[in-house]
Formats: sequence, structure tokens, C-alpha cells
Amino acid sequence: MANTNIHITTTINEQPYEFLAPSYMSLLDALREIVGLTGTKEGCLDGNCGACTVNVDGRIVDSCLVLAAEIDGCKVETVEGMASSEGLHPLQKAFLEEAALQCGICTPGFLVAAKGLLDNEPNPSEHRIRHWLAGNLCRCTGYDKIVKAVQKVSSEG
Amino acid sequence: MVELFENKTDYKVIGTRPVRHDGIEKVTGRAIYGGDVKVPGIIWGEVARSTEVHAKIKSIDTSEAENLPGVFAVMTHDDLATPGIETTRNGLSDIDRDFFNIMAKDKVLYKGHVVAAVAAIDRNTAQEAVKLIKIKYEKLEPVKNVDEAIAPNAPILLEDLVGDHLGEPVKNTNIATHFRHEFGNVEEGFKSANLIVDKEVSLEMVHQGYIEPHNATAIWNEDDRITVWSSTQGSFGVRDQTAKFVGVSPSNIRVNYSEIGGGFGGKTKVYLAPIAAILSKKSNGRPVKIIMDRPSVFEATGPAPGGKVRVKIGVTNNGKITAAEAVIRYEAGAYPGSAVNAGAICIFACYEIPASRIDGYDIVVNKPKSAAYRAPGSPQAAFAIETVIDEICDEKGWDKIKFRLDNAAKKGTRRGDGVLLEKVGFEECLNAAKNSDHWKSDIGQPEEGKVRGRGLATGYWMNGGGPSTCDLMLMDDGIVMMNEGSADIGGTRASIAMQAAEVLGLSAEDIKPTIPDTDSIGFTGITGGSRTTFATGYAAYLAAESMVKQLKERTAILWDTDENDIEFNNGTFTSKNQELKISIKELAGNLGSTGGPVSSTASVNMAAGGNGYAVHICDLEIDTLTGKTDVIRYTAVQDVGKAIHPSYAEGQIQGGVVQGIGWALNEEYFLNDDGSMANSSFLDYRMPTSLDLPMIETIMVEVPNPNHPYGVRGVGEVPLCPPIAAASNAVKDATNKRILDQPIKPSRILKAIL
Repeated sequence: MANTNIHITTTINEQPYEFLAPSYMSLLDALREIVGLTGTKEGCLDGNCGACTVNVDGRIVDSCLVLAAEIDGCKVETVEGMASSEGLHPLQKAFLEEAALQCGICTPGFLVAAKGLLDNEPNPSEHRIRHWLAGNLCRCTGYDKIVKAVQKVSSEG
Repeated sequence: MVELFENKTDYKVIGTRPVRHDGIEKVTGRAIYGGDVKVPGIIWGEVARSTEVHAKIKSIDTSEAENLPGVFAVMTHDDLATPGIETTRNGLSDIDRDFFNIMAKDKVLYKGHVVAAVAAIDRNTAQEAVKLIKIKYEKLEPVKNVDEAIAPNAPILLEDLVGDHLGEPVKNTNIATHFRHEFGNVEEGFKSANLIVDKEVSLEMVHQGYIEPHNATAIWNEDDRITVWSSTQGSFGVRDQTAKFVGVSPSNIRVNYSEIGGGFGGKTKVYLAPIAAILSKKSNGRPVKIIMDRPSVFEATGPAPGGKVRVKIGVTNNGKITAAEAVIRYEAGAYPGSAVNAGAICIFACYEIPASRIDGYDIVVNKPKSAAYRAPGSPQAAFAIETVIDEICDEKGWDKIKFRLDNAAKKGTRRGDGVLLEKVGFEECLNAAKNSDHWKSDIGQPEEGKVRGRGLATGYWMNGGGPSTCDLMLMDDGIVMMNEGSADIGGTRASIAMQAAEVLGLSAEDIKPTIPDTDSIGFTGITGGSRTTFATGYAAYLAAESMVKQLKERTAILWDTDENDIEFNNGTFTSKNQELKISIKELAGNLGSTGGPVSSTASVNMAAGGNGYAVHICDLEIDTLTGKTDVIRYTAVQDVGKAIHPSYAEGQIQGGVVQGIGWALNEEYFLNDDGSMANSSFLDYRMPTSLDLPMIETIMVEVPNPNHPYGVRGVGEVPLCPPIAAASNAVKDATNKRILDQPIKPSRILKAIL
């Protein structure tokens, strides 16, 4: 069908990217289908589960609700950008040590969201953590060990 | 099994908390889930779904869709194989009707019922093409619940259904099955009672709510070899079901393992794999991928049955149950096969009851075909029985734990379906609850305008067994590669590997588990029925024992001695005179001269997995102005037999509790007047978020299962059984009002208290 491709220049996980995406394409689909980063997950496509959470210019967003065209000139961070040459991010380590994942499908979204919290508020209360993560659904864990993993990083930080 | 195992305690690996083997992939985004599968040349499939709740299909016109540029293929029901041709060996129940659930023919039975499908160059084109398929319907009156389904002159969903009503064939009915379990003299039992309490609870359908939608990718080669990827609780189930629906032998299909984003029972059935396969065939072997959208996940997959459950219990003045009666009526959805059988097994399984009668009804209604949901059928049943037990205790002023202890199921108790129980840990759970900090604590003072209540409830799940396979291969560096057939939804690679490690005297990290495709590992049942750590774990135990035996023979060759003079302990072989010692690690690099590589395999078919019991305590606070309920403290006590990896056992319990809290307080299929689902999004189908909950306290009781070498009982399902009743009993404690309808939502609470 006829549609217009948009030229997008952006930074993803500190690497420059340039690509064409259909005007209707979401950031989620662009990441998964064009850029090839499938760590960001599709759960509901209507902004209610948080599985597709990414960080755009320091803000946590549901990438299914953002058009790919909107990230032109922005800095995007996904779960694939969390580990570095130093190894896993402390949150990734804590999720493993605290068994904060079961099926793991929501884990990338939770990690990106939790990093967004701790980057700005290193010592959040349990209530603050629960409030911040309320946009991310997990159906496996009951959230207990996820909250504890974030608390662990917070107290060690 | 004949062999009964003694309880051991001196474990090196069992009971520790290693990092799971698949953890790094899952925290870095590298793990490949079904939706992440990429194959060269891939195209996209999409399905057309019924907009009607109950209707005859008058015509399907696919011509416009076929002519849309970018469309490769269109299919309808007639492209599926013909029902009734037996191609699977596993006797999947009601599978012939699933031919019509996967894709409707002649009639649609719920909104979202698949009617046709297309394959196109990309997802967007496939979605556009689906909109061009013109389906004409003749509307029929919908049947929205069990009462409507059994009313005189109710519209009949399945004209060819012959109901089995206590053994009598009945036509023109929506009741697929009516069965009865009865023992003892129920009438005499009620006569000898001093108090009889009789209540009926009602429940709406709820969804498993896995975050990852269903998906499938398939390639159909010209030689009729089919390759499938699909997020599933069991690759072999996908293989065998798909084979049947597309009309090939299971050996024609290879299902590759991909990670699965939650299932809870809902990913035991196939929906998309046969469609993707046939679309691939019709697209000249192009790989076809389909991802289901979220509204369709709600409208067309999963749900646990709603329905009505009536329980009547008689007790004497000295606190003994004399008789019990239950009538369980479950919504099967559009086709027969609700979890009413399991509900009937579970409903009275917590208690020693001298006379009992249980009537079960499997009833078809115009809603999606129900699927398993974590202890299928038991949470609804527990809501009813635990409501009645709570009422009895309130009426008589009895202690809620003491009454349950006085009537507790134990070894030798006859379950409602007639089975005699083996050693179980229900009394131990009740005592642990009684001694818990939570039960002994004061509930505390609520803020103004709020009231608090505490509820206690119990639950039971029999736990499954079934077939599993595990292969081990010893590497030169002493690492053991493990292949096992169970989909890993919550850390079972770890819990299975740890059991092999314990036998071999190696660390959990020394075992490297892989879940191969269905061509590359022996048959293994689904990850469901709380069977995986129990049954596949046992296969790993046996494969490890077999490896130890072989290595002992090799050591004997190496030492030129008799293998009976060699002992194995903690990963090391020792000669009887203690002069010679060699560890598995050292031996591994020296196998060449003893006969070459060492590998082992074990397959099992386990009997049921050791009865699971749980006791839950729920404190909640209700805002009397709004009716909003907050759970403020929750403790789950459970007999786990033996926690192989305690963190993941706790995680199962916590996750089950939270699903149960959602089921109790918020979740339901809320229907429009026409019977369609009004809340098919995560916004309106309100599952608990992190903000809705406190930490979930767990107390794991370990009464070893005599049928497993480490005493494992399944842990995954029983935690979902008590919460509806626990929350309901807490609402009663807080408000002195009994709400018998699930969910116990603000509007119902307000109606009760105002």
C-alpha cells in the first residue's frame, strides 16, 4: 500500500543510526524489525503493559506509543545498552541474584524503567519504587523480588 | 512408582540459590522468544475474526483480500485437515472440536473466533488484507452464562453435541457432561449434623494474563517437512496438535524451542501454529509469522471458567464434618472441556469427610474455549468450600485453624473422587500458619474511614506427573551438557540441572542445560500441572545416576580393579582401600583409553506428582467510602515437598498469590449486553500492579514426597487456589458481610455495606 517512508537519524545505545521507516511505524517496530534489537518486547501495543519500555532523551516511554519518526534527533536507550565493557549493569546483576524474573518477557522493560528511576533518585522508598514501576506489568513474580532487586541496587549504590 | 524414597538432608546443591543458567540472556534482551524469531524471507500472517458472538456464517468472500498487492495466500477452515483422522498418539481430549475452534466453519461461537487468515509481505499489509475479507452472518441469540445455557429453550451452541448426563446420552443440550462422585451415606450424614451451611458462589471468566501474546512461525517444505517456532508450554504438544490439524504425521514436524513469556496453562493449546503452517504451504514454503494482538488474546484464548459452585457442609457440635455436597457448574466456553473434573477432585480434598457427593457440569456458552489456568478448576472450587468453612466457624465461634486441623486431610483420607491420599503435608501447613508471625500479630488500626479484616483459606492441587526425557554428555573439562525437553517458564533449567548436579557431585554451574527441538530430545510433556521440576527433574536424576554408573566402570578399567571395590561420593571415585582417588573432573579428560565419550539418557513417565497443600492468610483494608480494597499483608504457607531452588519456589508462590488477588478483587470478563467482552485490554482488564501490593511473605513447609528422590512436590499451581477465598473471608471479617460473587469489586463491597 502507498505510504511515505521517513528518514530518521538517531542515537541508539550510544551508536548513531540512520534508517527509513514507514510513517505509521512505531518506535517498537522500528527497533525490532529495522534496527534488529528484539530485547524490547511487544506485549499489548496500547501502552498498558510496559514490556516495550525504552528511554528516550532521559524519559521512560512505551515504545509502542511512540512513532519511529518522533525519535529523529533523539537519544534512545534500550535493554541492549545496559551492559557495558565493565559487565552487567548492577540492576541486571541484582535481577539475577534476587531471582527477580521468571519467564523474563517483562524483564527488559522493568530494567529500563528501574534504571530510569535510579539514575535520578538513587535512594527511593519501597513505595516510590512500586509507584514508579506500576506502568510495567509482571504476571509471574508478584513483583516481590523485582522490588527487592531494585532496593538492593539502591542500598548498594 | 514402586520405589519409595527416604528423606535426606545433607545436600550440596539442592536447596541453594544459584543464578539461573538462562539468566544473562534474559536480563540483556538476548533471549529469543517466539516473537523474536527471524528467518530469511519471512512474511506475515494475520487472521480475520468474528465480530459476532453467536452466528451462522452465511458466506466468506476472500476475493478482494486475495487481489491486494502483497498478499500471498488466504485460507479458511476448508484448508485444515479433516477432523477424525487420528494422527497423534497422545489422545488429546476434545481435539476434534478444536478443529473448529482454531478456525470456524459454518458457525461462530464467540467474538474473536477465527474465520479466515491471510499471509502477506509485511504485517501491515496482512492486517489491511484481513479487513477486505467479507463475512456475512446470520445472528443467533448468545448464551452468556451457565444459567442461560441450561434454561428451557436455550439456544443450542453445538447441534451435534450428545451430552453425557450421568451416563445417559442427551441431545439438544448445552450440558456436555454431568458426572457424579459419591461415597458414604450423604443423607444420613446431614441428618446427624447439628449445623448445615449451604452457599453458592458465582464467578466470571478470568484470563491467565501472560504478558507475551501468542505467536507462531512456520515453514512448510515441499517434502511436507514442517518447521515451527511458537511460544508454548510444550513443544511436543505443538507438534502433535499441529500435525493433527494440518494432516501430517507428528514426525513430519520439528518444533524449535523458543523462550516463552508466561503461560500459566494458557499456552498448552495451539491457536496459530497450524494456520502459519498452512499459510506457508499456500505461499510456496515462505516462512510465515503471526503474532496475536492483545484484544484477541483476551477474546479468543485462555480463559479460566466462570460459573457457579454450591457447597453444603454438615458439622456436629463437637466440630466434626459429617457430610458434604457440591454442585460445580463451569463454563467450558464454546466447546466442551472446562476444568470441572479437576475442580471436583480438589473441592473437598483438604478435609476428612465421611460422606460426600459431588456433581460436576461442563457447560458450553458463547465465550472463548476455556483453557487451563494454574490449578485449573481448583481456585473456583476453593472459593466455595472455604467460604462455607469460614461461615461454619463464624456461626459456631470456632477457631479457624483448629476446626480445619480437626478435620484435616491426611494419609489415608479419601478424596472426593474416591482416591486415597498418600503422605501429605496439610496439617503441617496449618500448624505453620498457626505459628506464623502473621497469624499471631494484631491486624492494627485502620485510618479513619477504613476497616480492616483478616481471612484464612486453604487450597489443594494434586500435581501432575507424565513423561519427560533428559540427556547428559560429559565434556573433557568435566562440564556436563544437559538436554531436557521441558519449556522453561520460571527457572526450571536451574531446578532440573541442580538435581543432576547433586547426583554427580558437581556444582549447578557445571551443568549446562539446553532445551532442544522436538527432533533432538525424547518426548517430554508440557510444562504444566506443576510437573516439571518433579518429573523432568527425576529424569535428570536417573540420567545422572546412569552416568555415575558408567564412570565407575571406566574408573575400574583405569585402575584395573573391580568396580564393586570403587565408591562414589561427592563427585569423587575412591578405591575401597582409600589408596586411589579421582574426581569426575579429572576422569573426564582421561576417558579415551577407557572406551571413549560418556553420555547417558533417561526417560520417565511419572504418576501424579505428590499432593500440594497451601494455607493463606490475607489482611486487607477497605475504604468504606469508595469500596476500594488494599491487601496490606499476605502470607502463603505451602508444602513444597523439597524446594530445589528456594528462590524460584518462593517466586512461584508469590506469583500465584498475586494472580489470585487479582482474581479475587478485580479481574473478570465484563460482558456487553450482546455477550462480547467489554474489557479486552490491560487497561480495562485490571491485573495487579506493583503499587497494588505488599511484599508477599512465604513459609515453605517441606514434607517430602515419597515418590521423588529429593521429595519434590509440584509448587506452581496450588498457590492460586486459596486467594479468592482468603480475600473473601477477609472482606467478611472486615465488614461482617458475605459477598458470594467474584470479583469482590468496589461496587459489590459498597452495595453490601451501605
